[in-house]
Amino acid sequence: MSKRRIIPGFGLSMGFTITYLSLIILLPLAALFLNAAGVGWAEWRSILGSPRIIAAARLTFGLSAVAAAVSVVLGLLVTWVLVRYHFPGKKLLDSMVDLPFALPTAVAGITLTAIYGKTGWIGCHIASAAAWIKTTWQPTGWLGDQVNSWADFGAAYSPLGIFIALTFIGFPFVVRTLQPVMEDLGHEIEEAAATLGAGRWTVFLRVILPLLTPALITGFTLAFARAIGEYGSVIFISGNLPMKTEILPLLIISQLEQFNFKAAAVIASGMLVVSFLLLFIINLLQRRLDWQNR
Amino acid sequence: MSISIHSISKTFGSYKALEEVSLEVPNGSLTALLGPSGSGKTTLLRIVAGLEFADDGPGKILFHGENVSGVPAGKRGVGFVFQHYALFRHMTVAQNIGFGLSVLPRSKRPSPSDIRDRVHELLCLVKLEGLDKRRPHELSGGQRQRVALARALAIRPKVLLLDEPFGALDARVRKDLRRWLRVFHNEIGLTTLFVTHDQEEALELADQVVVMRNARIEQVGSPQEIYDRPHSPFVYEFLGNVNKFTDPSGNQSYIRPHEIDVVFAAEYDPTTDRLARIQHLFSAGPVATLSVRLDDGKFVDIELSRKQLDDLGLSVGDEVSIRSNLPQ
Amino acid sequence: MANLQATTESKPVRALLIGLALIVLSLFLFLPLLAVFAEALRRGWEVFFASLTEDAARSAIKLTLLTAGIAVPLNTLFGLSAAWLVTKYRFKGRAFLISLIDLPFAVSPVIAGLVWIMIFGAKGWLPPSRMTELLAPLAALAAQAASNESIGGLFEGAAAWLADPKIVFAVPGIIIATVFVTFPFVARELIPLMESQGSDQEEAAVTLGAGGWRIFWRVTLPNIKWGLLYGVLLCNARAMGEFGAVSVVSGHIRGQTNTLPLHIEVLYNEYQFSAAFACATLLALLALLTLGLKSVVEQLSGPPQN
Repeated sequence: MSKRRIIPGFGLSMGFTITYLSLIILLPLAALFLNAAGVGWAEWRSILGSPRIIAAARLTFGLSAVAAAVSVVLGLLVTWVLVRYHFPGKKLLDSMVDLPFALPTAVAGITLTAIYGKTGWIGCHIASAAAWIKTTWQPTGWLGDQVNSWADFGAAYSPLGIFIALTFIGFPFVVRTLQPVMEDLGHEIEEAAATLGAGRWTVFLRVILPLLTPALITGFTLAFARAIGEYGSVIFISGNLPMKTEILPLLIISQLEQFNFKAAAVIASGMLVVSFLLLFIINLLQRRLDWQNR
Repeated sequence: MSISIHSISKTFGSYKALEEVSLEVPNGSLTALLGPSGSGKTTLLRIVAGLEFADDGPGKILFHGENVSGVPAGKRGVGFVFQHYALFRHMTVAQNIGFGLSVLPRSKRPSPSDIRDRVHELLCLVKLEGLDKRRPHELSGGQRQRVALARALAIRPKVLLLDEPFGALDARVRKDLRRWLRVFHNEIGLTTLFVTHDQEEALELADQVVVMRNARIEQVGSPQEIYDRPHSPFVYEFLGNVNKFTDPSGNQSYIRPHEIDVVFAAEYDPTTDRLARIQHLFSAGPVATLSVRLDDGKFVDIELSRKQLDDLGLSVGDEVSIRSNLPQ
Repeated sequence: MANLQATTESKPVRALLIGLALIVLSLFLFLPLLAVFAEALRRGWEVFFASLTEDAARSAIKLTLLTAGIAVPLNTLFGLSAAWLVTKYRFKGRAFLISLIDLPFAVSPVIAGLVWIMIFGAKGWLPPSRMTELLAPLAALAAQAASNESIGGLFEGAAAWLADPKIVFAVPGIIIATVFVTFPFVARELIPLMESQGSDQEEAAVTLGAGGWRIFWRVTLPNIKWGLLYGVLLCNARAMGEFGAVSVVSGHIRGQTNTLPLHIEVLYNEYQFSAAFACATLLALLALLTLGLKSVVEQLSGPPQN
């Protein structure tokens, strides 16, 4: 008798939800992991150990982290302005923040390339600035390579371009996780700090920022996780030069095009494990956050 | 219609919400389930309504002798008023009240004009004529409460169940609505069970009060019985202010503030009295409250009528003799 | 003058912060949007319209609409069912189920395409040869129906597909990959909304004698309609704009298996920039429409609260 549900529809919704979830999500993912598991340990190591994959993984994870970190800073600034200040056009800006969510990635990709490429509105300035740096300081090594590339192509076909694309898709995550938290802060706690003699900057650093930290971490993780898997907005601007601007998702596709299914499955599984770990961390964080706010 | 509750238990995971609770609610009575939060009173009410089901076992719920334990909530014929009313936000007042009738199977469903008449009748009954087109968010708390009541009554329930009916209202509205509900109950005579954590509310409103604590029923009786002859220290303390004494052997005894007399220290009688000094005096209202300190340092609260206090002419710092069968 | 207000910054600081935020937003939001239209019209309106009306573009638009037309209703049904399940009942594994629903968010679009190749590809669990075998009886039936004079026309398409049941590198693959990618959108919108509304109103309807469907239609749905609409809009925007996943399973057969985003890629790689951006304007407009409707929905769902 205790198994009875008050609101009808348990069996139906449970049956449909589980069936659909299994067919659309779980079964295909299982197929991928089983394929990857069928590959021997030695082969796993040789696939994941190849220099091209290591370079792509470094690029993908490294730039994703940098882009997520920059997203946090930009997101904090934008959220602060949107929540705290009143100015004309604020509503429009607020709704536009979601543009990177709504704009198809392919469109974002070709558009960012058009703007930040050498002939683009901003790319031309990047190119001329890089050319100036090149002649004035003549940097060498990695930085020299980058400056050369910037001077030739603007931000396109270089890690800088990938970074721009990943920041574009990442910063709305930060804004949208931060915004409700900042709106709920209220003025009381700041007023309390102010009556205790704290200056504005101190209040921000010692009172507001710690309260925002959990949301900032969540925003960072979401932006990071999204960036790792991002494809459409990156491949146009990146130029896909092996060892230089090739990202992991693109590598999966090139393995597929060579009918190298095993390698594709192995790389994909590796990426998924990392992404799931990140999701798991977010969940833990959120649970802790809930616990703190109780 | 009477309600009989037989040996009902309910656990949520490892938490025991009810332990073998049995209770009779006589036909036509207005019964209060009174207890602190977590005592199981709301769970019991929801089990009676069929919104929650008791653990497997011998427990059962009878309506007028008929076992309804296996009957789903929608078929039990209970009118349930939720703590936060649970009005359908997107419907007008009239649509809310008529909902239960409009979802009856086609063969039993009244015609739209009959539903309209019934809704109107109920609006008059709860004194909300003319508000039928409003939506819940356009009503005050007390009005919402009465719409919820009318909605529950529309299906002509056999019993009426109310979960903290006045919990979400402010003090004044609460008092008015309480009195109104009492009169209303006398008029319609429907067996009514309500949950409250406010002892004053339970004592003032109910014919029968059920005091609950830690998943069990502590005492059942008329308000008078419960107040005057509590069965346990818990009931004593839960129903109003009380002074608690512990004698040297550890036994506890209780005495209510209004059961203590105050006389001048000169009239001290060592067989019945104890000497005390007035620490605090509060007299804004019909009843004056004194806080006195006994020679052993213990504080005792005393309630006197204003007249008594004025006749004695006491002020803070005076020594008085307090008289009652106080433990020495 | 010193800043006397306790809880806001001085005017110059405020202006500076607003200015910085505006710069960031212009660089990331307004400039790209402007660029799409500028690039599309660089070679004039004629080229613009010609790019949108040529056959390949038309068939890409058709396939995009078809894909969204199947994926969005399916995922809407799922979203409603899943949200009902996890907000109206408490059961073992509920939290786990909620995180499973979020799973596709953590999967790269490329992998979302790859998984279907692992099932339906030449080396997958159900390769085309196996599918042909499995569906042979159905194919025979369909062929028979198609040869029928009076109703045969209705079954021609089905018969043709069943005779050569391709999933990946064909239209069905594009559809299922899109379903995978857009899977969580409606559920994600509805779950927090329905959780915050609680089950009081549904329980009240139960005590008043309403049955399951009636509770859903008359009590739950009116309360969640705006959230549902927004979820459907987001789901649709993603379904029409999905690139990575469909790119993996499409096989890029021009005029047959190209959705709008894939068509854009093809044009771009052929250096037909104006044509690519012309098609991109359609998707950019869709994005703007989605954002606009979102604001409207937020306004509408804002005020009446109990």
